[in-house]
Amino acid sequence: MAYTPQLKELMKKVEASRASRVGVEYPRMSPEERRDVLRKFHPDYIEDGFRNIKVGVDKGTRMPNEMADVFEAYSRLRDIDLDLKSDPDYDVDVLIIGGGGAGASAALIAQEAGADVLLTTKLRFGDANTMMAQGGIQAADKENDTPAIHYLDVLGGGRLENIPELARALVMDAPLVIKWLEELGTMFDKNEEGKMITIHGGGTSRKRMHAARDYTGAEIMRTLRDEVYNKGITVVEFSPAVEILLDKQGCAAGAVLYNLETEQYLIARAKTVIVATGGSGRLHYRGFPTSNHYGATADGLVIGYRAGAKTIYTDSIQYHPTGGAYPPQLLGLLVTEKTRGLGAQPLNINGEQFVYHLETRDVESSAIIRECEERGLGVPLPTGITAVWLDSPIIELIHGEGTIERQLPAMMRQFHRFDVDIRKEPMLIYPTLHYQNGGLLIDDQARSSVENLYVAGEAAGGIHGTNRLMGNSLLDILVFGRRAGKSAAEKSREISTPEGLNLNHVASYHQELEKADAGKGRVGPVMLPHYTHR
Amino acid sequence: MNETVKDAIKMVDIYIMGKKYSVPETLTIMDAMEYAGYQLKRGCGCRAGFCGACATVYRIAGDFELKVGLACQTKVEEGMYLAQIPFFPARKAVYDLEEIKPTVADFAQLYPEVFRCLGCGSCTKVCPQDIDVMQYVAYLQRGDFAKAADLSFDCLMCGLCVSRCPVNIVHYNSALAGRRLYSRYIARPDAFLSERAKAIEEGEMDSDISELVNADKEKLQELYNNREIEK
Repeated sequence: MAYTPQLKELMKKVEASRASRVGVEYPRMSPEERRDVLRKFHPDYIEDGFRNIKVGVDKGTRMPNEMADVFEAYSRLRDIDLDLKSDPDYDVDVLIIGGGGAGASAALIAQEAGADVLLTTKLRFGDANTMMAQGGIQAADKENDTPAIHYLDVLGGGRLENIPELARALVMDAPLVIKWLEELGTMFDKNEEGKMITIHGGGTSRKRMHAARDYTGAEIMRTLRDEVYNKGITVVEFSPAVEILLDKQGCAAGAVLYNLETEQYLIARAKTVIVATGGSGRLHYRGFPTSNHYGATADGLVIGYRAGAKTIYTDSIQYHPTGGAYPPQLLGLLVTEKTRGLGAQPLNINGEQFVYHLETRDVESSAIIRECEERGLGVPLPTGITAVWLDSPIIELIHGEGTIERQLPAMMRQFHRFDVDIRKEPMLIYPTLHYQNGGLLIDDQARSSVENLYVAGEAAGGIHGTNRLMGNSLLDILVFGRRAGKSAAEKSREISTPEGLNLNHVASYHQELEKADAGKGRVGPVMLPHYTHR
Repeated sequence: MNETVKDAIKMVDIYIMGKKYSVPETLTIMDAMEYAGYQLKRGCGCRAGFCGACATVYRIAGDFELKVGLACQTKVEEGMYLAQIPFFPARKAVYDLEEIKPTVADFAQLYPEVFRCLGCGSCTKVCPQDIDVMQYVAYLQRGDFAKAADLSFDCLMCGLCVSRCPVNIVHYNSALAGRRLYSRYIARPDAFLSERAKAIEEGEMDSDISELVNADKEKLQELYNNREIEK
């Protein structure tokens, strides 16, 4: 579905202004302007999209309605009789729930620390947002950069709401993570001397974005997955955890798994448990399209919360400024931030830039929403929505012909499949639901508020405050995946076989739901989105 | 979507594993399966062309040729007969990256099938990423891991190449081993990265960061607003 004649006509304004935009820096917003555009246009500030949850350890906490719906829900095990006394189906030191980058790195480090590890995942091993992260991974490993400079960017981007010890762990471990990946044979973009090629991302003060073309997450994921298999770690696919099991002291001691294909429940006993289940974009907050993986339905948050784990910033959602808006097959799909990192600018219907192209994601998104909603300067699409241009062809004017094919092969291929050549034609974009800034609360050893329960990756919160910068999520999953693996393995050595496995916390959660008259008819976690008959 | 847009959408007939469904022509194969009522478990992953979960084979009525595509990246067509291949059995060599070297001899131990390539080109023809698979197999045979790594880089490991190979090469796993060998041994390590990692491990960066971790928000805001930004 190529651009329509009407769109091609509008595109002329973009072409007309292109040469005059090369090398001209659009002014960045002042702190006051940033605050104002966020308050007026960021979806996090639209009150009717949120409610306070009625049950659980953080009763009264504000979260999007769609997230509250899965939190205020009954267990899948409500009317099911499980035998928790006989020998379990799996019996390990460390159980890892989730097969993305956080789970894989946790598995490698836990096994290296001597633990017997089981990794279980809802879909295939590697089916995760990690696989889709295109743009890059941050680390302060250049002469003009330090972890402290990185820290300031992380906090400024996160509206100073980050938990300091978590942000510290993030930036201090960053070069160690890159080194680890380099040694594992991850194919980063490098120059002849082996030096990492790094560029800017939104909100960075140094060029510290490392990439593997625009398949950065995929390259990291396939390398880690290969290594997990090399190490002989047990991986069970298509078996999501549907509840955490606690022992008689109330410590996490395993999980109930559900084989999606045979529809059987299986018991996994473990001395320590790591939740690495990722995000929740597939809950489609406020009806937004999402850039997230099919499996991103907040499962780990739901079962962790039922087991008593505290949350943080559940009302802070990241909208990525550049989601695909047209052709319709690309709706919601992530247009990597690297596109702007290379110089592509957002433009309105008149071909004019209206925001600096590398503001932080929250500000950039809000400015795009403002351009379309308040100023009425969006580009009307045949599908009934409005969008703005993202002028990709300017990249080749700045960096030379062939840059897009070399630096953005995935983007080029995706648009080409639907007959748009992004080297010659600008893209049409609109913010897409991208990331859950909050999650389950952890400390710098990835410990949750429940004993022996650890959390890593997008399921954890507090690291990025209320707004994450590009390239800090791939980093976060590996930093805290590794830390979780290490702490969970070390802790498991102090524990003998857990006794008295139970689901009493689920029963009391149900009582709370009934008392609060909440969650009637709803079952969680939802596990798979429903897109049938849309 | 408004009503006029809806009315304008043309429907096409497709056949999912032989069974007929009428779906809007603008949909991808994946969306069409869901439109038809499937709730996908297998054969669906990132939905954005990165994960290789949704390899699909199809034929258009009246055309003899077997075609392939990723379900999330391929539009439906009138008379499309399709089936997904969400899994295909394939061997992965287990190895210790620290114990092998980027040589033909070591590689042949891991993936001996690679050397049986007949040059039929079925793998290249079937690749939904348009990778010249047979060419990177040739590079692997020669031990040119740099070229094999570069050429195979965009592989999604969907497995379609493996499904068509007459001599049972596992192209995507072979390529992955090739890329890891290249990245570990042929691409040079980043010297300053090693220095930086060592400095962190030895606590040399601690005092700088501690100062910021202990600073109050006002101070941090001021530092942030006035920070120097690299051009």
